[in-house]
Parts: sequence; structure tokens; C-alpha cells
Amino acid sequence: MIRLFANANYDFIRWRRWAYALTAAIIIPGFALFLVHGLNYSIEFTGGTLIQVQTPQPVGAATIRGALDAAGIRDAEIQEFGDPLDYVVRARIGQGGGGAVEAGSTEATAAAVDSALAHALGAAPEHYKIVRIEAVGPKVGRELQGKAFLAIFFSFIVTLIYLAIRFEWRFGLAAVLATFHDILTTIAFIRYLNLEVSLIVVGAVLTMVGYSLNDTIIIFDRVRENLRKFRRQNLYEILNLSINETLPRSVLTHGTTMATTVALVLLAGEVLRPFALVMTFAIFTGTFSSIYIAAPLLMYIEKRWPGQDARGARAFRPAGTGAPEPRAPQPQPTR
Amino acid sequence: MRTIRNRVIVIVGLALLSGWLLLPKDVTQRVRDVATGRMKDTTVRRVPINLGLDLQGGIHLALEVDQSKGPVPDCADAIQRAERVVRSRIDEFGTTEPVVQIQGRCRLIVELAGEKDPARAKSVIQRTAFLEFRITDMNNLFRDALPEIDRALHEAGVQVAGQATGANVAQLFGADTSKGKKGKPAKGKAAKDTTELNAPGALSSLLFQGSLPGEYLVPEEQVPAAESLLARPEVQRLIPRGINLKWGTEVASRGARAYRALYAVEDRPIITGEELEKATARRDPVTNQSVVDFVLSRSGGRKFERETGRHVGHYMAIILDDRVQGQPPVIKSQIGQRGIIELGSKPLQEAQDLALVLRAGALPAPLAIVEERTIGPSLGQDSIKDGIRAGIVGVVLVVLIMVIYYRLSGVLAVAALGLYVLFTLAWLAGFGFTLTLPGLAGLVLSVGIAVDANVLIFERIREELQHGKLVRTAVDEGFKHAMSAIIDSNVSTALTAFILYLVGTGPVQGFAITLIIGIAASMVTAIFVVRTSYMIWLQRRPDMATLSV
Repeated sequence: MIRLFANANYDFIRWRRWAYALTAAIIIPGFALFLVHGLNYSIEFTGGTLIQVQTPQPVGAATIRGALDAAGIRDAEIQEFGDPLDYVVRARIGQGGGGAVEAGSTEATAAAVDSALAHALGAAPEHYKIVRIEAVGPKVGRELQGKAFLAIFFSFIVTLIYLAIRFEWRFGLAAVLATFHDILTTIAFIRYLNLEVSLIVVGAVLTMVGYSLNDTIIIFDRVRENLRKFRRQNLYEILNLSINETLPRSVLTHGTTMATTVALVLLAGEVLRPFALVMTFAIFTGTFSSIYIAAPLLMYIEKRWPGQDARGARAFRPAGTGAPEPRAPQPQPTR
Repeated sequence: MRTIRNRVIVIVGLALLSGWLLLPKDVTQRVRDVATGRMKDTTVRRVPINLGLDLQGGIHLALEVDQSKGPVPDCADAIQRAERVVRSRIDEFGTTEPVVQIQGRCRLIVELAGEKDPARAKSVIQRTAFLEFRITDMNNLFRDALPEIDRALHEAGVQVAGQATGANVAQLFGADTSKGKKGKPAKGKAAKDTTELNAPGALSSLLFQGSLPGEYLVPEEQVPAAESLLARPEVQRLIPRGINLKWGTEVASRGARAYRALYAVEDRPIITGEELEKATARRDPVTNQSVVDFVLSRSGGRKFERETGRHVGHYMAIILDDRVQGQPPVIKSQIGQRGIIELGSKPLQEAQDLALVLRAGALPAPLAIVEERTIGPSLGQDSIKDGIRAGIVGVVLVVLIMVIYYRLSGVLAVAALGLYVLFTLAWLAGFGFTLTLPGLAGLVLSVGIAVDANVLIFERIREELQHGKLVRTAVDEGFKHAMSAIIDSNVSTALTAFILYLVGTGPVQGFAITLIIGIAASMVTAIFVVRTSYMIWLQRRPDMATLSV
């Protein structure tokens, strides 16, 4: 029988300050970049026309750019899409007009790109092929952004309510704050890799919210159980015990889920790759925050606002000792 | 023993149901005939899972009421009228299952999977709705011309297509009589003419006399045949002057067969939508009938008064975009500027729908396209291939990890995982949800969630065994203790997915749906199926000292 991390007894909570430093080192520069440069939003958010072109031989993005520039389509983004035979051309809408979304402007942009390519590469079916045309007004984009934030906001509220019923509000608050932390790190991650934020990536971020909560709840479930079982131990000990007890599960589950998302990253193609990358990072940050953000946060929340039945507080500061700081059992942590 | 048997019955039942849902079925698709440019029905045998736009290619359009040429006061009503109009034109799209839905209050989403020509789709959608009232063919001019049409078709070498048997005809008219429809004056004549009408002619064998003059019923499966016959030039030439043929919108079932109505109407409208000012549905408090009140413009009222005065006792077809809406009502008396259409005991819903039709024709809502996506099917093909390949590799990795780590119990979990995939796909098919690219990703991801439940249980069993519990107790306790974690974590994830579904749009919704279905299926397989397997296992080997976990 293979057993990984069975009967582990690591003092996870002791390293929390290092963990804060690590996560701050990820979030702060990432956010600075985010504030300066913003995110690379997809056409769904910015509004514009997206044209995907397939060519039988690699022609190079420069050739396409030259063709478009010659035709007077400036500022178009040209990207290789997976392999050197696929190109994505993005042109913002309202280049000529006043920004109003008209039914014809997409058509016009697509037709202009089409004729520019025909001019530079040769006639359509043999020398290149337009695979898809997408057009979105920026108005839709703004609305979508609003909806994504709305979805996260509502999911937090629902989670708070659900956890308040199933656990108590302190657990809910700690879980939601840990998840919020994951959103921050994920935005930083997206910024570092300059991933294109499309609807499906927003979907990945939202799934990450669910996944991170899921993981936090599994550990909190054990904390809830151990708080009932071990009346004499403080919260610091209970948290460490619970994280250690669930460690084999964490390793196994994250290992298997990571296996599927890494398979997606490597094999699922260009369309799904940003999604898969974000999901892979989400598993990492979700696991990390469950241990190093949610658990210490629960400790601080219990310290500041001890529970009315004092269950958490009593466990946190065992009666009689009166110690202001949480104390771990053997091995005594060096603080 | 009893419980084990019941559990096995439930599992086998679910598996059989899922298998049945996934069996290839005959699906009727309406496709555009390349040769003639008309729509025709074809039957395809395929697995009934709908592929989304991104997987099979097509066009996605989001439309809003165009306010640039002046504000539209009630955009919700305007978009409802627009939806009614677009829906009535659905047959003009060359696509399997067009999606026409109102999103939020003021936006209309039209998704045409398989459609390749965006310009054509847009012209169909944005064409202004046209409403007109026309009197049906009261003098049976069209029916009188039928023998000659049949003769012309015979000369052109057209074989009699419809094998209309006598039994069918009798059944049709039998049902008609028992229903006692309002078309009484026509009934006697119609019955007498039955034999004549159903004489073996290429066209007339497809037509059955309806319950009012000028109404003919065509068996649903022969509609395309009738359509192509009517489109032939020799038939067009022989249709009497002053008469047009218009298909109805409704499919009526008489006996076991479904019929579509074909109306012969005068070619001159007595009034058009331009003259209609208002139409509202209500229930008459005195007679308890569903009625539609309509108000015409002043000039329209004068015209209508004159026309209805001449046509008392005649039937008036309400035609929106060349389609007769519902059954034509009879004109009971001269009508002026204000009129009432009585729908008898029909539900208020139908009256509201008719009022919507009238308003749609009266106040065409100008639609602006705010979002347009055209996706080539080749993109979808690649994505499907890559997604499936990634999915297979991911699942193989999961299987390897589970079997190596948990041995026999891992094998149980993997078997449950197989059932999980079957259930998820079957529920997607059964509820008619559409599989999209993000949905495919959600599916792969939820495999991980399905495994997590088993990992939680197995780890718990190992812990209990380590505490020195007997195998049977350890299994019971393991399931019991793991349950709260599984339920709490899955419910919170499902809640998040549900909010995604509520707030999100198309692709995000597809993802949320597969995630929710995946979570539900994983709860069933990981908990119920694996538990049952353990029960059977322990039953067979009651003295088992160590568990392969």
C-alpha cells in the first residue's frame, strides 16, 4: 500500500508569515502591473472585429501586418494562433466611425481585411481561408465585465450564508477572504503571463472561486470535527492537526485534478489554453490559500471576535492557561 | 441483502436509462436544399447530444431594439414582438435547432448552428414584419382548379406521391365531425366533395378539405412534397387569378397524424398592419371567453367597415410574414374602428399570443445587431479533437493514479467514474442541453471533482483502519465521516456554478451547466455506487481482515 504523507505532523501554521511574504511578493508586483497596463482583454470585452485566418503555408505575422498596413487598417493586432498556419487579426471597431456599433462595421472591417489579404497573398481559397469572424460592441463588453463581478459578488454572499448555516459565520468569513485572496493572485498570474482575458477565462476564474472554496471547506470540515473531538487543545493545534489529517487527500485530489488540467494545457489547443493555465494555477493557489490564508485568518477572526458559545475561543485559549498567544503542542514552535 | 439488491436495481436502472438516452435516434433536421434553395426535412440517425455553436460552427447574433432613430418607450414589449416575428421565420434558417431567446429585458439572442451565410441570416431577421388580413377563398376557386392542376402535373410526368388511403380520409373527417367546429356551412359540401378531392392526382392526393372554405390540411410529413409541387411553374400558372396560397403556422393533429394547414386566400388584403394601432388580450367577464381587442386608425377603420360589410359570414385570415396565424376567425358583422376577435374557450395565453402577433405587425421593432460571431466549423472540428484528446489523456492519468494508489478500491472508483461519464453525457442529452467548448472543459474538470469524493472516502477508511477498526466498521465510519465534507464542498461549488448560470451568458452558462450536472452525477456515483460495491464486496467476503484500499 502506498501512503503519502500519512500521519504527517508538520507545523504548517508556524510558517504562515513566510507564506504571507510569498503571496505578497506575487500579488503586489502583479497588481502594480495590472494598474499600469491593465489586462489583455479579448475582443468580447474591448469590442471590435476578430478575424481568424488560415494559410496553407506559414507566411509570418509580419507579412499579414504589412498587408493590413498597406490597406490602411492600422493598430490591428496580429497573433499566431497555436501554429504558424493560423493567425488571429483583431481590429478595433469604430476605427473610421465615431465608436457607434453599426451592423455594417463588422462586415466592413472583415471585408477590408479580406481584400487586403487577397491583395497580398493571392486569391482566397487557395492562399488563405477566413475561419471565423466575430464582432462585439464594446457596450456588450462592459456589460459582460459587470456580470462577471456580479457573479463573484453573489457567489460570495451565497457562500457566506451557506457556511454561516452549516458552520458559523467566522468560518464563512475566513473562507470567503481566502477565496478573495485567490482572485487577487489569479489576476496577478494572468497579468504575468499576459493571458488574454476572454469569457472562458472569466469562467475559469469563477470555477477557481468554487474550487478554492471547496478545498477550504474540506479542511474546515475537519476543523469543525476536531473542535468537537478535542476540547482541550487550542485552535492553533486543531488547525495544524486538521491540515495534517487532510494532507493525503489534498495531495491525491490536487494531483489528479492537476493531471487533467495539465493535460488540457498541453493538448487541448490554443482556444482552451488560457483557460487551462488559469485552472492549473487556480488549483495551486486554492490549495495554498486553504492552508496558509484561510486557517490563519480563522485564528485571527476567533481572536478578535470570540464565538458566543466560546467554542472556538476556548479551544484557542484554553481555560486556565490564559496565554495571550496561541501555543502549539509538541513540537513547540519557535516563534 | 434486500438493500443491496435494491441498490443494484437502482444503479442498473440508471445505467440503462442513460444508455437509452444516448442511443442514436432519428432526428428530423430541416436543411436547405442546395439545388432549389428551399427548406426540406431530412432524417438523420445520430446521438442526441446537441453541439454548441463553437463546436459545429454557425452564427451567433445578439439584437437590441434600435433606439438611434427615436426612443422606443417599452423595449421589453418591442423585443417580445421582435422575438415573435423572428420565431415565425425560423423555418427560413438552414439549421437544426435555432435558438431564439430573450435575454434580460431588451436583448434577443439568435443562434444558428450550422448556418454559414451571415448576410442571409441577418436579412431574414431584420426584415420588417408585414401583417395583413385577407378573406379566405370562399368560392373554392382553388379547389375547382385542382383537377386541372393534377392533369398538368400528370402530363409533366409527376407520379402520385402521397399514398392517401381511404381509411385515413375517413378518420380525418370523422374526427372533424365529432369536434363540431364552427365551419358548419362548409361541412356538408366538404364531406360530399371528399372523394372528388382525394381522387388520385399528384397534388390533390396530398390535400384534405379543412373545416372552413379555403382551408386544406396536408399531412406533416408530406409538407415538403406539397411545397415543391406548388412551386412548379405549371402549377403556379394554373392557380386561379386573385388567389394566393399561404401555409399556416399551426400543426393540428387529427387522430394519429399531424397536419399542417394550407390556406387559399384572396390576393388582396382588406387591411394591413400599418392601419392597426392597438391590440390587447383579455378574458371577457360576461362570456368568460378569451378575446383580443384591436383598434384601427381612422382611415383604416373606414376601410375595414366597408370591407367587413361585404364579407359578413366569411373567414378572415390573419397573415404575418406570409404565414396564416392560427385559424381564421369568421366575420360576424360589420366592424368599424374597434373590433374583437373571439377565441372561445381557448386559454388566455393564446389570445395574448395573437395580440402579440397583431402588435408585431403593427409596430415593427427595428433591430440593431450588437454582437455577431461567425465561427467556421473547421475551428470546431479541431477544438473537438483536441478537447477529446486532452480529456482522454487526463482521464487515463486519473485512472492510473487511482488504481496504483488505492488498488482494488481504486478500481471500484474508476468503474464508478465510467458510470459518471455515462450519466453526465446522458443527462446532457436528456435535458437537451448543448455541449459547448467551455462545457467540454467543465466536463474534464468535473472528473477531478468526481475523484475527490472517492479520495475523501478512501482516506477516511484508511484512517479508521489505522485506528484499529474492523474492516466493516471502518468502511461504514469512513463513508459516514467523509459525507459532511463531500456535501458541504460540493454544494458550495454547485451554488457557485448556479450563480454563474444565472448571471452569465452563453459560453459561461454552458460551462456552468456541465459543472452542475457533473457534480450531481459525481455525488451519485462516488457515494452511492462505490458504497454499493463495498457492500457487495463485504457480503461476499464477510471475514475479510484487510481491505485493499
